[in-house]
Amino acid sequence: MQRFGLGQPVRRSEDPRLLTGRGRYAADVRLPGEARAVVLRSPHAHARIRAIDTTRALAMPGVLAVLTGADVAADGLGEVPCSIRVNGRDGQRMPRPGRPLLAAERVRYVGDGVALVVAETLATAVDAAERIDVDYDPLPAVATIEAAVADGAPPVWDAVPDNRAFFWQRGDGDAVAAALAGADRIVSLALANNRVVPCAMEPRAAVGAFDAATGRYTLYTSSQSPHGVKKGLSAHTLNVPEEMVHVIVGDVGGGFGTKIFHYPEEALVLWAARRIGRPVKWVGDRSEAFLADTHGRDQRNRLTAGFTADGRLLALKVESFANMGAYLNCFGPAIPTEMTGCMLSGVYALPALHAVCEGVYTNTTPVDAYRGAGRPEASYMLERLMDAAARELGLTPDAIRRLNFITPDRMPYRTVTGPVYDSGDFGRRLDAALAKADWAGAAGRKREAAARGSLRGIGLSSYVEICGFQGEDATIRFADGGIEVLVGTQSTGQGHETAYAQIVAETLGVPFDAVTVVQGDTDRIRTGLGTSGSRSLPVGGPAVKRAAEAVIARGRGFAAHLLQADAGEVRFAEGRFETAGGRGIDLMALAEAATDPANLPPGETVAVLDATARFDLEASTFPNGCHVCEVEVDPETGRVTVVRYTVVDDFGTVVNPLLLAGQVHGGIAQGIGQALMEFTAYDPDSAQLLTASFVDYALPRAADLPAFDIAFDGIPCTTNPLGIKGAGEAGTIGACPAVINAVIDALAPLGVTHIDMPATPEAVWRTIRAAKTAA
Amino acid sequence: MHPFDYIQPGSVAEAVGLMRDTADARFLAGGMTLIPVMKQRLAAPSLLIDLARLAELRAISAKGGTLTIGALARHAAVAESPVVQARIPALASLAAGIGDAQVRNRGTIGGSLANNDPVADYPAAMLALGARIRTDRRCIDADAFFTGMFATALEPDEMIIQVEVPVPEAAAYQKFEQPASHYAVAGVMVAKAADGVRVAVTGAGSGVFRMPAMEAALADDFTPAAITGIAVPADGLNADLHASAEYRAHLVTVLAGRAVAAAMGRS
Repeated sequence: MQRFGLGQPVRRSEDPRLLTGRGRYAADVRLPGEARAVVLRSPHAHARIRAIDTTRALAMPGVLAVLTGADVAADGLGEVPCSIRVNGRDGQRMPRPGRPLLAAERVRYVGDGVALVVAETLATAVDAAERIDVDYDPLPAVATIEAAVADGAPPVWDAVPDNRAFFWQRGDGDAVAAALAGADRIVSLALANNRVVPCAMEPRAAVGAFDAATGRYTLYTSSQSPHGVKKGLSAHTLNVPEEMVHVIVGDVGGGFGTKIFHYPEEALVLWAARRIGRPVKWVGDRSEAFLADTHGRDQRNRLTAGFTADGRLLALKVESFANMGAYLNCFGPAIPTEMTGCMLSGVYALPALHAVCEGVYTNTTPVDAYRGAGRPEASYMLERLMDAAARELGLTPDAIRRLNFITPDRMPYRTVTGPVYDSGDFGRRLDAALAKADWAGAAGRKREAAARGSLRGIGLSSYVEICGFQGEDATIRFADGGIEVLVGTQSTGQGHETAYAQIVAETLGVPFDAVTVVQGDTDRIRTGLGTSGSRSLPVGGPAVKRAAEAVIARGRGFAAHLLQADAGEVRFAEGRFETAGGRGIDLMALAEAATDPANLPPGETVAVLDATARFDLEASTFPNGCHVCEVEVDPETGRVTVVRYTVVDDFGTVVNPLLLAGQVHGGIAQGIGQALMEFTAYDPDSAQLLTASFVDYALPRAADLPAFDIAFDGIPCTTNPLGIKGAGEAGTIGACPAVINAVIDALAPLGVTHIDMPATPEAVWRTIRAAKTAA
Repeated sequence: MHPFDYIQPGSVAEAVGLMRDTADARFLAGGMTLIPVMKQRLAAPSLLIDLARLAELRAISAKGGTLTIGALARHAAVAESPVVQARIPALASLAAGIGDAQVRNRGTIGGSLANNDPVADYPAAMLALGARIRTDRRCIDADAFFTGMFATALEPDEMIIQVEVPVPEAAAYQKFEQPASHYAVAGVMVAKAADGVRVAVTGAGSGVFRMPAMEAALADDFTPAAITGIAVPADGLNADLHASAEYRAHLVTVLAGRAVAAAMGRS
């Protein structure tokens, strides 16, 4: 049993299914009589729709419906809402224009949906979409923050004439101003956190069915949050009672935040299914994913920090702009504000903070949560700042960090930004990572590289992040000789089926293979908040554990009944209930016994062992660690190669080091991608997405990455019963600043002190050239 | 993809006849460019003339100082051919660096040359090596074959049969890849033969082109130092998201120097 318990490197039970093509993704769903749908999307970033003529499309044989924004309005459907309230500079509420299912009067970004075509076949639907005549009156468009806030910029929304969607602030401006005035040294930094396209391996897909007899809708979709989609459909888009909506999510090939949200296509297929009386399937292609799935990041941050002469951080002022895209998406405004702002103290004892952020509308794809969702932006700011300050103050990167760390003796520690860290030893993680990365030997490696004509650099980041939000229910059922765990989190590839089964197998002392994890079905699982913010194991894990403990409590009573003993004298250990006298029964045998009503205590049913439990997180968790990146730069071409990568993480209790390593590897890859490769470019005039395919959008491949050297050194957190801190996003949070700090270190001999992400070859080459010219 | 007719002719003559007699027909070799643009509905041929049955066009052989490669030889076959590796290793390694394994197992040398994508690798090799492109009706020197962006000297119904490549004394290809597509931002093939040195550049311009100033300098002194001072004018070079014209011009000089160094290592 121990082999499958907590902390064991159990191989993923999902993998045989997924690796042999037996996964069942939304696009694999085949419903009898299903029709195919395509969304006609705007080719303009900004245009008035004068008229839509669907006559030619409707006349085509095999076309079942062509629906537009006018039909959406006529049928009384709602909009996809933003759930975050926003204020203006004066503190007054700002409008939150919803995202229409189909744009009726105006399109606001390239990819905005204008019509849904439903046909017998996909080919017919695509042909018909080409025969819809949309009369557009193009309007001037803005693609970037700078363009959107310029005087006289065309407004994306008439109700927000200056494109400033909201103003947010946190902290004490006066205290910061006073601290900066008294500081020995002011360090300033202007940073661009580049927009990224999340690029899940599986593009979104949705299959909708409507049962006219019951009036019930069934949606198969690719989502991180089945219950969230159900709520969105019920409360906002379809406007029907929750019990009339059934959402089913099968295997999901990646989400990274993008699939948290309810999307227009999910409502459109259900609506179309009701209208034509047949199931309707929409499968997004990669081009649509680039245009119509939410993007991430896209902040501009100006930092002003005060330090003492010996390197102590006194105060930090952060002034940010955030590009929200054309609509405020579900959580969009929370990312650059609360989610970034709450972690602006990082691993450091920061006495005073003042952060302001203005959200800006542009004619681009909406921006929302992407792996880390605000915490990578905060970490990038702080870790770039610490390196800049070290340079200016003549300290080493590790020395300035050690000087400012929140030390373990100060835990729990309330940061000036709000959160209370329960645990963490940032210095220990730093020491371990530097030793593992042979930081001390870097100077020798730089000399060796220089002899080859290469510039070698090393950089680090010490990060802390915040995970695990809200609560979760879990149910354990005994059925068909096995154990089912039903939980409302949603794996998009992390390996929940394996991890939850490990917790249950260990707690109940049953074989790992006897446990099946059920997720992604809103009829079978009553509640769920899905998977986001690295919350599944820190929140779902304790819920599953408690459900297992409730099973033991119920089993003790049933066992006592069968053993004709007093429940108080029945003990449970290693999957077996035993009396003090040594008589006993295995849990699985007990479950078998429950199937015979003759065995049951009075009033009990076959579900005598089944139990549901809830875990509500009272405080968040704070995973932390240290990343060390080593790069070589080709000074002639500007190409950066990551040659060595070391991480030491504190994720608290480790459930499964294999799953954990997978999370860290993927996170690092995405962080390296953002730092060096992922350049999301819009044409400045037309606001067309120029990097709208993998021909131009550079996602890292395996060959772009070194082997990662990672270690876990966890301090169990005090805020959940399993001590799990969460690990889904940490890789991206630590990676970007470590990589860029390494690039700047490589270029430091030339006098370079700054480069923005992504540090593409030409950007590095230009930086080198400018430094040489200046020298 | 729009509907189209499809046929697999059994001979070159039949294939060329079909092409001549059918409006909007296209030859299909590896399909590595044609199929994607058909899927994007950017091309809609009426008839695909699939050359898959013309197995005789896959042969690779050498005779005297000439390497002959059939038009339908796949990139992987060129890369792995002992005949190519022994005579022009630079050409084998160039082929090994085209696209990815899937592309190399489908794409053909004839298809690449007929398409003449300005970022393709093979045109630089053919131009630098002074190859002759033999078609169903004539033989065209590489210098006359590549006429501009996606343009060649081929007539509309003309089909490449094979390329005939003089074996050089030394050659090397250096490519700087666009990080997303892995196409050449710039690629330089340098070849040193008895009658002189040729330097051909792909990726940087609207089509493959030669660098006469570098060729002259290298004819006198076949070392990287001979050309490090030769700046490439940025005027007319490609500029896109991944590289400005100025950066491409710089890369051509860097890559040419590295190609010479690599060729010296091999000769």
